[in-house]
Amino acid sequence: MLEALGADSVDDLLVDVPAALRLRRLDLAPGLSELETMARVRELAGRNRVFDDRLTFRGGGVYRRFIPAAVGAVLSKPEFYTAYTPYQPEASQGTLQAIFEFQTLIAELTGLDVANASLYDGATAVAEAAMMAVVQTGRPEVLAAPYLHPEYLEVLRCYAQGRGFQVREAGDPGETTAAVVFQNPDFLGLVADGARLSEAAHAAGALAIACVDPISLALLAAPGEYGADIAVGEGQQLGLAPSYGGPHLGFIACRQELVRRLPGRLVGEAYDGQGRRGYVLTLTAREQHIRREKATSNICTNHSLCALAASVYLTYMGPEGLRQVADVSYRRAHHLAEELTRLPGIELLHPDRPFLNEFPVRMKNVLQRLSALEAEGILGGLPVARWYPDLGDVATFCCTELNDPGALDQLVAALRQTA
Amino acid sequence: MGDRRYTETHEWVDVEDGVATIGITDFAQSQLGDVVFLELPRQGRKLSAGETFGVIESVKAASDLYAPVAGTVLEVNERLVSNPELVNKDPLGEGWLIKVQAEGGLPDSLLDQAAYARLAESGSH
Repeated sequence: MLEALGADSVDDLLVDVPAALRLRRLDLAPGLSELETMARVRELAGRNRVFDDRLTFRGGGVYRRFIPAAVGAVLSKPEFYTAYTPYQPEASQGTLQAIFEFQTLIAELTGLDVANASLYDGATAVAEAAMMAVVQTGRPEVLAAPYLHPEYLEVLRCYAQGRGFQVREAGDPGETTAAVVFQNPDFLGLVADGARLSEAAHAAGALAIACVDPISLALLAAPGEYGADIAVGEGQQLGLAPSYGGPHLGFIACRQELVRRLPGRLVGEAYDGQGRRGYVLTLTAREQHIRREKATSNICTNHSLCALAASVYLTYMGPEGLRQVADVSYRRAHHLAEELTRLPGIELLHPDRPFLNEFPVRMKNVLQRLSALEAEGILGGLPVARWYPDLGDVATFCCTELNDPGALDQLVAALRQTA
Repeated sequence: MGDRRYTETHEWVDVEDGVATIGITDFAQSQLGDVVFLELPRQGRKLSAGETFGVIESVKAASDLYAPVAGTVLEVNERLVSNPELVNKDPLGEGWLIKVQAEGGLPDSLLDQAAYARLAESGSH
């Protein structure tokens, strides 16, 4: 191609771009063949340290869970796999039906009236919910309860800066508070009092936004039951691999009264003139292409394929299967907590607070002990000091159905060695 | 009935004994198409002239509503919650939107029937 353009090299091609604007760090070697590239990439990938799922006890927002083969089988159908969010929507009835089913599942799970077609991830879902509340109430501030995922908080602050509202992290909701955002279970794994937090928000005339773990809803009350106005969360656990942090799946659901503030795509079920069922994009007048700067959000897309994975996962598992997953994870984590606290120098951070499948412990020499575990092929808990300097010796451990009893024994035995 | 006046943004206002009844014009409803939802202010809200007081949503668009006069919202047409189509059927009558206790008289910028008819005429081309 360079020859056809009459240039000797890519650098030669770019001479018209002022030198000061050219990226100089990108000092690439001459091209490699495909075979050589594969060998090089394989060599680089070989340097990654990959821990067995069963020996991974680290969560912090992303969790390893069993993904039934049915999820991949449905996802890899080209009709779903190659399509993007529908821009000529009604021509893609299958895609719309899949989204509609996802919305229905999320609405059922959260106990709220309506859910959208999905968002990018849990963090942006929190920010989108906060914007809904700011627009709905006309108030300039959002109150984040303690131990909202610190990375979600960072994304929330980023959105707030662009949108012109404040994020407060301490104190009670007041008359300038648009919403109270809380995570349940929180970032440390502890179960929050959703009813009390929602009441406090409502007493101040603010909305209550619950950021929830979807698997936890098989055991805990749904946000809609304890009075939350909006529920959001990260759906990665519903059939998606951790994949270095994405693509994941944000979900958002709300009460019917807030539906016109709900961002993003929304699919509705409709009937044509002959009474045949069909699916349509509905309430699009809320969206940015029509409402312009008055829209709640600039999001015009969704994570359809990831949402489909969640739909297949939830449908395949069913309510009973989901409860089993949540229950096994709960039992394993509680068993692990008992075993860990029998070891010298390890204690629960909050022995009086309930948790499900993730919990914080104080551990002497936490970083050294976690490194020692890694040498044994075990990825231990997540040290949280980088977000919470006052929790310097705290790590959160989590269990899922993948951490079999033998793996728990291995972890405890290895930790005993490091004491 | 007082003397109905119009805004360039297609609202009408009719003031009688200091109470301004506000709606959208027949031209506006015909341009919007079927109205499906209205977001209207709470009773007691203070409005300045030209301020956005709500949103009207039809099957093809969502548009802001602008207050033709300043004042305090006295009443909102509750029938529109379940019957937004009244705005299409009778925009100048049963499809009124809000009643406002007017303050400070009618702004000079409001149009009379003839001037508004010319505006609608040119806008419909």
